[in-house]
Amino acid sequence: MMEKNSASSWMRYASPATFYPLAGKLQPWFAGLAALLTIAGLWIGFFVAPTDATQGEGYRIIFVHVPASWMSMVIYCAMAFWAGIGLAFNTRVSSMMASALAPTGALFALLSLLTGSLWGKPMWGTWWVWDARLTSELILFFLYLGFLALQAAIEDPKRADRAGAVLALVGVVNVPIIYFSVKWWNTLHQGATISMTKSPSMAVTMLWGMLLMALAFWMYAIAVALARVRNIILERERHADWVRQAVEAS
Amino acid sequence: MQWNSVGDFFAMGGYAFYVWGSFGACALAMLVESLLLRQQRRELLRSLKDQHEA
Repeated sequence: MMEKNSASSWMRYASPATFYPLAGKLQPWFAGLAALLTIAGLWIGFFVAPTDATQGEGYRIIFVHVPASWMSMVIYCAMAFWAGIGLAFNTRVSSMMASALAPTGALFALLSLLTGSLWGKPMWGTWWVWDARLTSELILFFLYLGFLALQAAIEDPKRADRAGAVLALVGVVNVPIIYFSVKWWNTLHQGATISMTKSPSMAVTMLWGMLLMALAFWMYAIAVALARVRNIILERERHADWVRQAVEAS
Repeated sequence: MQWNSVGDFFAMGGYAFYVWGSFGACALAMLVESLLLRQQRRELLRSLKDQHEA
């Protein structure tokens, strides 16, 4: 990790001792951005976006449901990516990053299911149906729980990282299944809110509110993942000299 | 703006339970997660200080 070669200088950040302070510096910026974007998103979502023609005010659940669902998938991909990098290159910080993302991903998957349920009840007349979209999102939630349980069950951190990485990588196939489920199967769930090929069917202000909230959730996820990875680094590197110095300075 | 009064806003056109339940759950989850992380960090720093002094 200490090469003088400038081409590999970015690799310095793969070392816990250099990543820990960097994460600490970045974290408040992401937290601040999350707060600002949330204020803007809530303002547009509640005071600018109009009432929906068919769903009345009930549609406003979209401003948390879609961002939570997107983030549950984005975080899973990020988790699998860092776990895979850790598996391939044996970089400890990447594996720790994967572990730091998992609880937040699980939380967003749960929020996606919960807000979806609260939306389904008034609009479809049911809290839950076993259709493709809902079931594949539930599987995503279980994949997160499986990752967390597996890592918690294995004492040796290196073996826990490797086992978690294999599970995370295998589970990636579920993400496109969730995304395309509304196209592939007949489902009660409505189609994609935003499509790459068609212009959005919703009012522009609704779209903006949703995008701002999605960005806010994204910044929040980065902020908490950085805070958690710092805790994981402290825990795992507790016997290192630099941790001693960092703790004394804090 | 489509709200005529504060009560109108909180009533959410009859969907108050579902809309506020959704937003409340998200706010609560994020608040609890942030507080837990902060507490975990405090405990870690304390235990590391004890370890180093020992």
